[in-house]
Amino acid sequence: MQIMKFIKSLAYPSEMLPPIVEEESHFDPETEHSAAKLGMWLFLATELLLFGGLFAAYAIFRAKYPTMFAEGSASLDVVLGTVNTVILIFSSWTVAVAVSAIQENKIKLVQVMLWITIICAAIFGINKYFEYSYKLSNGITPGTDIFYSIYFAATGVHMLHVFIGMAVLGVILKKTYEGRYSKENFTAIEIGGLYWHLVDLIWIYLFPLLYLVG
Amino acid sequence: MASSNPYKTYLNIWLLLMFLTFITVYVAQFDFGTLNVPIALLVASIKAGVVALYFMHLKYEDSMTWIFATYPLFLLFLLIAFSATDIFTRVAN
Repeated sequence: MQIMKFIKSLAYPSEMLPPIVEEESHFDPETEHSAAKLGMWLFLATELLLFGGLFAAYAIFRAKYPTMFAEGSASLDVVLGTVNTVILIFSSWTVAVAVSAIQENKIKLVQVMLWITIICAAIFGINKYFEYSYKLSNGITPGTDIFYSIYFAATGVHMLHVFIGMAVLGVILKKTYEGRYSKENFTAIEIGGLYWHLVDLIWIYLFPLLYLVG
Repeated sequence: MASSNPYKTYLNIWLLLMFLTFITVYVAQFDFGTLNVPIALLVASIKAGVVALYFMHLKYEDSMTWIFATYPLFLLFLLIAFSATDIFTRVAN
């Protein structure tokens, strides 16, 4: 019987193969969802420690050279920094709304909120461009002193995260138009949102430490 | 996941964050001497806590997520505290 089965399989090889199932979960969807979220929190932990090195450098050099930090901080544009803070917190709010909206299948609302978030991120980037170019045109570079080294490194790495966040949310937005997400499948939007909130969290600390406390 | 009307909660949280941002900028005008940084960090931490609890839904997560979310704060403390104690207790030889 086995031989017959083997010969038959030569004639019909597809019968030997397991059926093709697209995008099957390794676990039940609920476990997969919480595992993905946990993985994102673990990634956010590494992100926090990436910035942790910069915060440690800030703390130590600030204690060593208080006058340099006071002068450097006073030279930064508080108005532009405040505007960027408001923009980022606003975009964090719109992402939070998007994550709740998808759980009620309100795709239209999700798309509007993600568009607003990405536009806010772009405005943040434009403001930062003006800030950097103003500094550079005045001859202030990362090499000017330790304060500006930390300022350019911290805000630069943060800016990189804003761009990555824009890209992630942009891909998610594109997929909402393809009907990829629903209240049964919104893990990507939720963990993409978590990433965006981290970008906001880092800025909440960077803004007062660099721009205000002089 | 969130409360019965998450949108209302988010709006309130956003207004609270705007208010705290105003506080951040407002208190920076005054000079509290050595308390400047602790006050700025306190307000920033309240904002960060609110964002994590409500926008990132940490309030509704299980204990496992809480461990994953809070242990990096301990590592961050180790990083900054031990670097600082090293740097500032060095004796030139």
